[in-house]
Amino acid sequence: MTVLTVPMAETTVSVTRRARVLRRLRRNPLAVVSFVVLALAAATALLSPWIAPYSVDQTDFARTFAPPGTPGHVLGTDDLGRDVLSRIMLGARASLQVGLLAVATSLVIGVPLGLAAGYFRAWDAVISRFTDLLLAFPFLIMAVGLAAIRGASLGNAAVAIGIAQIPGVIRVVRSDTLRLKSLDFVAAAVVDGASDLWVLARHILPNATSVILVQATVAIPAAILGEAVLSFLGLGIQPPAPSLGTMLATAQQFAARAPWAAVLPGVVIMGLALAFNVFGDALRDALDPKEDRR
Amino acid sequence: MARYLLTRAWQSALTLLLSTIVVFVGVRALPGDPALALAGEDRSPEALEAIRRHYGLDQPLPVQFAQYVERMAQGDFGVSIRTGTPVSSMLTTALPVTVELSVLAILIASALGVGAGVLAAVRRGRPAEWLANGLALVGLSVPHFWLGLLAILYLSVATGLFPASGFVPILEDPVDNLHHIILPAVILGTGLAAIIMRQTRSAMLDSLSSDYVRTAKAKGLRPRAVITRHALRNSLIVVVTVVGLQLGGLISGAVVTEQIFGLPGFGKMTIDAVFQRDYPVIQAVVLLTATAYIVINFFVDLLYSVIDPRIRVTGDPA
Repeated sequence: MTVLTVPMAETTVSVTRRARVLRRLRRNPLAVVSFVVLALAAATALLSPWIAPYSVDQTDFARTFAPPGTPGHVLGTDDLGRDVLSRIMLGARASLQVGLLAVATSLVIGVPLGLAAGYFRAWDAVISRFTDLLLAFPFLIMAVGLAAIRGASLGNAAVAIGIAQIPGVIRVVRSDTLRLKSLDFVAAAVVDGASDLWVLARHILPNATSVILVQATVAIPAAILGEAVLSFLGLGIQPPAPSLGTMLATAQQFAARAPWAAVLPGVVIMGLALAFNVFGDALRDALDPKEDRR
Repeated sequence: MARYLLTRAWQSALTLLLSTIVVFVGVRALPGDPALALAGEDRSPEALEAIRRHYGLDQPLPVQFAQYVERMAQGDFGVSIRTGTPVSSMLTTALPVTVELSVLAILIASALGVGAGVLAAVRRGRPAEWLANGLALVGLSVPHFWLGLLAILYLSVATGLFPASGFVPILEDPVDNLHHIILPAVILGTGLAAIIMRQTRSAMLDSLSSDYVRTAKAKGLRPRAVITRHALRNSLIVVVTVVGLQLGGLISGAVVTEQIFGLPGFGKMTIDAVFQRDYPVIQAVVLLTATAYIVINFFVDLLYSVIDPRIRVTGDPA
């Protein structure tokens, strides 16, 4: 009987806690601003194929290197006369795609492994060696290897970044599982005869969501930066598909004639990553149990 | 201590073995006949047969793996398909550049990161903290290769303060060497500095509110002495930890930075090899990175246990 009420008590606590977390976020101006920026970026990215003023491949050789502010081309044109604004919009869409895809990959593999490592003592050593192995291949080296075997593409870039982010996910999920495992409500469920799988899925995973969420918000900007780097080097998204990284690579050759083309995509990458990082910081502060006492 | 050392040595050796297997399997997953990939220009049947025999490609896989490990241990990474030079000699010229760049970047990042982190913690709630925090967030969010491009555009091409590309070996002309490498090192160091700053700040905040710092203040120590003698001592651990954890990021960053500034290092060699499908070079680069990562992290852990005696006891650096 008591066994049943303990997990329920945990649930009601988490509902009021969620309300408290949301209230703290709403009262933090940085959190609100970064959230609005991210919402706008996500909406633009989703709708970009329809709202971009030009097609991304539409060249206009009569008007190459038009400066920003040119009628019809708010942010100017590139070396082939393509509209920079349209390419930035679709490039940002690709950045977000890779960011989400990479983080989803790392969560799908990392969360179960982190749970297992924290919960089953026997698995911990094996999973630690697996983590060490993954860490030995930095994402760029992983991307180089994947590109050699399978060729460069958006998908391979996302996989390379995602695999490189698995150790981080395992680490935070493992340590949170260790913490939760020692709490009374888990012991109560075990005494009640709950199977390991049930305890993990029903009691530990739901309570570990906040650390997973924070991990994801810091992993997405890292993945966005990673995509830009890989595409810049030619190991990611392949031209003529628009990517902020490849735009910077092309602009490098014409930087003296058209500096804006070498500046704007970088500003957009930084803006996206900054918004995620600021929001991630605010979310972590809001979720911090130490704040509950205030 | 000896037990901790042994455990870590055994773990590192195991990881090294596993990563060698991964690379070995990866090489077999490369498109096409490995003999063809190793052959380079001379693709006559006799030459291919000779290569198969030399590399043991006609042997069973476990035998091939043993031979593979033996060759790699001797530094025989094969011959570059493009240039015909042994990969090992390419590495001897390229690696010093990358090591110099990375070490310089770590030094710059530590100075900036620890300085800003201490400042932010000591000036809690004042403009100095906001500025330091803001700069750290920007440092985490800015694409460093872009920062490098802007630096070339505005500091090298426009003003001529720094050379836009190229390299002079340190033994040839140390001053000119520094002139070429300082800008790339600063760019590579900024991201690391941001991470070190954030960790230093939170470690400082923790220790500033700890009992031993309160005791130090209570016995009448001047604030400056409290900070440098008691609280700051921990920042050495922070730097070592961050460098250990961020080593992968640092290696990736070095590759990109070299590519942008045209430094003839390990990174530039890697990227060139990918586009020239120079498989022996790619393989050597991947294997060497993994080995370097594992070995350096082993030493970082040792260093860590020297700095922080608690780890020697529990064996768990957490």
